Amino acid sequence: MLDLAVKIGALELRNPVMTASGTFGYGLEFQDFVDLGELGGIVVKGTTLKPREGNPYPRMAETASGMLNCVGLQNKGVDYFCEHIYPQVKDLPTNVIVNVSGSTIDDYAETARRIGELEAIPAIELNISCPNVKQGGMAFGVTAAGAASVVKAVRKAYGKTLIVKLSPNVTDIAEIARAVEDEGADSVSLINTLMGMAIDAERRRKVLSIGTGGLSGPAVKPVALRMVYQVAQAVKIPVIGLGGIMTATDAVEFLLAGATAVEVGTANFIDPAVTTKIVRGIGEYLARHGFSSVREIIGVV
Amino acid sequence: MDLCVTHSERVGAQCVWLKARPTEGSLPACLPGQFAQLRADTPGVLLRRPISIHDVCGDEISFLVQMVGEGTRWLGQLGVGDVVNAVLPLGNGFSLMPEDTPLLVGGGVGVAPLLYLGRALREKGVKPTFLLGARTKDLLLRLDAFREVGDVLVATEDGSEGERGFVTQHSVFSQLSASATNGCSRIYTCGPAPMMKAVTKLAKECGVACEVSLENRMACGVGACLCCVTETNDGHNRCVCTEGPVFDAEVLRW
Repeated sequence: MLDLAVKIGALELRNPVMTASGTFGYGLEFQDFVDLGELGGIVVKGTTLKPREGNPYPRMAETASGMLNCVGLQNKGVDYFCEHIYPQVKDLPTNVIVNVSGSTIDDYAETARRIGELEAIPAIELNISCPNVKQGGMAFGVTAAGAASVVKAVRKAYGKTLIVKLSPNVTDIAEIARAVEDEGADSVSLINTLMGMAIDAERRRKVLSIGTGGLSGPAVKPVALRMVYQVAQAVKIPVIGLGGIMTATDAVEFLLAGATAVEVGTANFIDPAVTTKIVRGIGEYLARHGFSSVREIIGVV
Repeated sequence: MDLCVTHSERVGAQCVWLKARPTEGSLPACLPGQFAQLRADTPGVLLRRPISIHDVCGDEISFLVQMVGEGTRWLGQLGVGDVVNAVLPLGNGFSLMPEDTPLLVGGGVGVAPLLYLGRALREKGVKPTFLLGARTKDLLLRLDAFREVGDVLVATEDGSEGERGFVTQHSVFSQLSASATNGCSRIYTCGPAPMMKAVTKLAKECGVACEVSLENRMACGVGACLCCVTETNDGHNRCVCTEGPVFDAEVLRW
């Protein structure tokens, strides 16, 4: 019997495969395609204290083996989440993790506190790395001091498992990871999207409404893998790896690099059932190589 | 689901008419105005391509694919027996108002969903009138198929077929306003955004209800990524994939 279970702080996952925030809605959108009970967890859309309309259309540009988005954290706010969405997701047969974002440190702390009151939400993922908002977001995540200050405030307000999602748009991601570990984060997830740009040569204009966006998809995988490897060397808390995972082999590579779990994002757009295929594929990999537990391959490279 | 191509035919100068049926099982019920996300299985193309449902006959579904980039060119080169993966049906369709005398206005490849819509209206006992436009005669698509379903009016920008000018300059619109809607109580439109905006404006001036089918750039197609949004009059951004692609023109902030 293969053992796929892993632990992130106090959070127990039946297997290491989760979905990345902003790519899987609230899970409900994918129930026609995926038995959510087969997943380790789902990280739902970034939630802020107040509702946000996000950036104007166009928000997406396809690039070579990747895509740029500048959605800008469109969401209906934490009150709406608690009143209307939570009742729909609280009994889903998997761990539901809420991605929390904000413009100010107080916003982050208050949103985290509100989510902490929801019994069926065992963890939050703190988004200090969104490249598509003017205030907050990535601004906190690109310096060790900024990242530490947000995590410190949220740690006081939130007692359950705290995952901090890191930005790759930095000089030394390991330094940021150490800073959030020192402030009591239970885990780090990386990478958020890489800031990029697309230009339409024929029309001589920017493709995205705000000019820049976050790059995701297979194009970013080598960068993500390198950063997961570096961070796993630098911290003791578990690392969640993401960035361009399309197949079980991709997921295994992240585990080998030191990730305890993975998140699957852009791949959900191409194959809405891809996450369950990745879970099965990891099992097949372990069996093929004679491992009995997924934990045996974490960080062996 | 996997679809097996049963027919592939070049239509117009830039489009391919594909017919396909599921490799296993039957085709789920599809409404006029809904779309499919087709996967172009070629290196470098990442996302699926949202393609509107052109027609349905039993378990056979058809699409008009305009070849613009690498993804749609891959779809366009599919031959009989080839397999393409599809997620379908997606989105909300057109309303089907049997009491109306509808005008269906399409431009370019935007004519695609109007055939299936016209057929559905016809089954409800309504004979639709199509107003189909293109830059030139070469770019008009499947006029004969539309003529089997309803009356067909044509506008080309160079006058090579039908009336000269944009669809919105077609004489049918002057008759509409002249005779207090001329019995027409609903316009359905799909095509380039400037055309649909102009059609919406004319419909409003004539006091005729108007439904538009948007083709915003999309990633997931199921309401998860929030990339394809359009702004509505209440100030909110709404997903075209799940709340559309068909909208009442009145709710859109254009």
